[in-house]
Amino acid sequence: MTRRSLVTALLVLAVVALVAVPLVAASGDFGGTDGAATEAIEAEGYTPWFDSVFSPSGEVESGLFALQAALGAGVLGYVLGRLHGRRQAARTPAATAAPDDGPR
Amino acid sequence: MHIAEGFLPPAHAVGWTVAAAPFVLHGARAVVREVRERPESTLLLGAAGAFTFVLSAIKLPSVTGSSSHPTGTGPGAILFRPPVMALLGTVVLLFQALLLAHGGLTTLGANAVAFAVVGPWVGYGAYRLVRGLGAGLLPAVFAGVALADLATYVTTSLQLALAFPDASTGFAGAVAKFLGVFAITQVPLALAEGLLGVLLFRALTANARPELERLGVLRREPAVPAGGAA
Repeated sequence: MTRRSLVTALLVLAVVALVAVPLVAASGDFGGTDGAATEAIEAEGYTPWFDSVFSPSGEVESGLFALQAALGAGVLGYVLGRLHGRRQAARTPAATAAPDDGPR
Repeated sequence: MHIAEGFLPPAHAVGWTVAAAPFVLHGARAVVREVRERPESTLLLGAAGAFTFVLSAIKLPSVTGSSSHPTGTGPGAILFRPPVMALLGTVVLLFQALLLAHGGLTTLGANAVAFAVVGPWVGYGAYRLVRGLGAGLLPAVFAGVALADLATYVTTSLQLALAFPDASTGFAGAVAKFLGVFAITQVPLALAEGLLGVLLFRALTANARPELERLGVLRREPAVPAGGAA
């Protein structure tokens, strides 16, 4: 394992730990903070004066959230994959000897 | 950080919308200019937008026993300067307001100020400050990305406190109350997001060095073989 991939692994591990440790150690129902804020406001007698134009049911909503994450992750993966592929191609100039559109 | 639909009194809703509009319009022009003048950075622009799209969709558990989502606006602000994120962040908020009943149209202005304006500017400022102090790229990215996240939630707390001051303790009491809901929960998530930003920039410095040099994030170096980032 190179030093670089070790650092990457440790960084990923730290991200996972920052999320997983509270999940195990903290007590609570892990409700959303946005919801907690609206509850606090409603508790003081405020009633919202405008409703969402479109409110999906819980099941559909979780699917749409997944769709949002999937679109983002897909584009991010595409960009990083393309950049990585470009560097690989630049490293092996023999394979792309003739017309190369990269500046390197 | 999403203030729910209808949860700001009309005067506040209008005020924040008016405040956000020039930033978003300026951001739209910044995006158009970026694409026109540096078409080669479109790929990274897509990555910056995608990063905030993913991260703002995922709610993560935190130490307070509640859960919240990161913002993902830091990397775009660092790469392309904050105005670009004013547009990209607002597009994310609009998507969530229209399709997910998360946030809202009446609160879009306030949410855009917190998520797409204040967060990116604070993150960018922290990034510049840390780099100015002589630190390398990655520590500065960590600070910028983490603080962009945290600043958004602090802003939301202030906005809510302004609209709903506490009956007995006033604005200050309400700030403490809403910070209690948002800010502490957000600290570990902001740290996690900062680390994700570091992971992203490690991948970018390895694979997109020419773009980072053109954007001024990395200094031009005489052709060194890959690697060598802090």
